[in-house]
Amino acid sequence: MDLQSQDAIKRLADQHGKDKLIVLLGAPDPESAEISAETVVLGDPSYAGPLAGAQLGLAVHHVLDPEIRAEVPLDVWEEQIGVMADVLNAEALTAAVAAIRARGAGGN
Amino acid sequence: MLKDKQIIALGERDGISGPAIAACAQAAGAAVAFIATECFV
Repeated sequence: MDLQSQDAIKRLADQHGKDKLIVLLGAPDPESAEISAETVVLGDPSYAGPLAGAQLGLAVHHVLDPEIRAEVPLDVWEEQIGVMADVLNAEALTAAVAAIRARGAGGN
Repeated sequence: MLKDKQIIALGERDGISGPAIAACAQAAGAAVAFIATECFV
C-alpha cells in the first residue's frame, strides 16, 4: 500500500477512532486484497510504511462483499461497479478479506 | 453497516476505483474520509 495512504489511514484512525471507520477495498485479486486488508488490520507486512507494527484492527471489507452490496442502491451500484462485479471473483475476494478480519479478531 | 460511518475507499486501478467505491458508500449513507486508487505492480 502507498505510504501516503498508510499515513492518511493512521491519521484518520487517531482522529475518528477505529469504531467509526470502515475500509472498503477495490482490489482485483485475492492476493492484493489480502495485503491491503492485512495492512489496516495487523500492520504493514512489508514493514516499510507508517503502519508497520501498527495493529489498527480496522473493519475492512471488499466492496464486492454481498453485505456491502446489499446496502448500495441498485442504480448507483450498476453505474459505479457495473460489469466489474461480474468480471472479478467476488466470492474469493470476500473470503480473502474475511480471513484477515478473523486473524485480527483472534489477536493472531 | 455503512450508515453514519467514515469510509476509507482504497480502490485499485485494475479493479474498482476509489471514487467508485466512495460513490457507493455515500449512497449507502456513509461519509467518505479518504479516497485513493492504487496501482500494484
